[in-house]
Amino acid sequence: MGSAPIEEGVMKIWRPSASLDAIKARAECYAQIRAFFMSRQVMEVDTPVLGSSTATDPHLVSLKLSAELAPGLPRGYLQTSPEFPMKRLLAAGSGDIFQICKTFREGEVSSRHNPEFTMLEWYRVGMTLEGLMTEVVALVCEVLGEVLACEKISYRDAFERAMGIDPFTVTKAELADLSRKLCHYDGPELSRDDYLALLLADQIEPNLGRGGIGVLHSYPASQASLAQTEVDEYGQRVAQRFELYLNGLEIANAYHELQDANEQRLRFEEDNAQRIALGLPEIPIDERLLSALQHGMPDCSGVALGLDRLLMVKLGASTIDEVLAFPVSLS
Amino acid sequence: MANYSTNDFRSGLKVMLDGDPCSIIDNELVKPGKGQAFSRCKLRNLKTGRVWDRTFKSGESLEGADVMEYEMEYLYTDGEFWHFMMTDGSFEQHAADENAVADALKWLKEQDVYTVTLYNGAPLSVAAANFVDLEVVETDPGLKGDTAQGGTKPATLTTGAVVSVPLFVNIGEVLRIDTRTGDYVSRAK
Repeated sequence: MGSAPIEEGVMKIWRPSASLDAIKARAECYAQIRAFFMSRQVMEVDTPVLGSSTATDPHLVSLKLSAELAPGLPRGYLQTSPEFPMKRLLAAGSGDIFQICKTFREGEVSSRHNPEFTMLEWYRVGMTLEGLMTEVVALVCEVLGEVLACEKISYRDAFERAMGIDPFTVTKAELADLSRKLCHYDGPELSRDDYLALLLADQIEPNLGRGGIGVLHSYPASQASLAQTEVDEYGQRVAQRFELYLNGLEIANAYHELQDANEQRLRFEEDNAQRIALGLPEIPIDERLLSALQHGMPDCSGVALGLDRLLMVKLGASTIDEVLAFPVSLS
Repeated sequence: MANYSTNDFRSGLKVMLDGDPCSIIDNELVKPGKGQAFSRCKLRNLKTGRVWDRTFKSGESLEGADVMEYEMEYLYTDGEFWHFMMTDGSFEQHAADENAVADALKWLKEQDVYTVTLYNGAPLSVAAANFVDLEVVETDPGLKGDTAQGGTKPATLTTGAVVSVPLFVNIGEVLRIDTRTGDYVSRAK
């Protein structure tokens, strides 16, 4: 009686949560990705997971070191994506580059999130966002080992189809009303973009890429993040950005990358102003990235893809823990 | 009571929502790569039993509900209250009103143990075990050999509950009943 439960407890604390098959599938997936990019002459690079600055997006929480990296150096952040240093490589003339790396986002724990996760990020010089879309779809099909149909829909059409509203012109009161009725949200008043995020996550995303690949594009300019913007056929300013979904699961986020250093500084400052308003810590602006943009980063499109989630789809896993050797609960 | 933020939400946590104590059944993080995070929750209202869907902005918090479940023995009813006693040796007694015992009322048998949920120290609900053994006090005479037809007849149990039983059951027999459905399960050993 006495030893059995203890034995079981000990087994639980050291064993990986992913099956050996899933661990092998990850190794195969990395090999496929490296072959895919080698054949396309995209160079693999390696940038630090620790940086003196980090993403300013108020919705991302970067983990901050409790000590200085070295005497006299700032207390660094674990990177939420390798975007800033990769852009500095692009400005230095690297040409097309990709990276498979660890990224960190505080507090993100769910069946689809682990605070430490693996990202595949790549940049294509001179490639349009449309061209990158084709390449992302090709890579996803390569890893999954099947040719999937891809349905593309604009942010506007997705809201029109799901709820009969135009997300660019709908009033905030209507958004609040829909959030209450459709998403059972009765909390504090949200910003326009946050209401849209809720309705998107609840009413649209689960139906994107049903039985294949779904691509959502042309986000409102207010959600451009680090993407260039353009004026669409309705006269609205939209972001040159897309997200890719597989069976309702968000897999990748892509931009036609912003090159303008002044515009980039403005967006960092706007994020920080929002952070202050929300009582969140300000993030030091990454001056190294801004000087790289000032020097000149070539016109390029870039994408970040969640490799753990792609593996989940490949293996038919319903939780991210099934594809992670040691998720946060076992790390 | 303490306040719980969405980060603390997990199934089984008891919180106050719209003035009623609720138990969180399910909590899912809804977090787009870019954009505000939300918690999509299912909560059971412990007063009404109703299940509520509710979405919270990440970081929102709810007041904890002073709700605890105890095993208690049913003692007796005075017609207005149903009296229960803690089984932890404290002999502490609690009086439940008709609302609180409503779901368990037809399964209440003296000296049997029930799960009593206390809210702010007073019984909020009483739940019977999933299976109870009760004696038949009234039913038509048993018919031998009629089992193949699978017919049923009503039988009244000691607690007053009326359940559908097979034709072969007789007065004085003890039956096992599934309290969740009110169905006859078998003869009790």
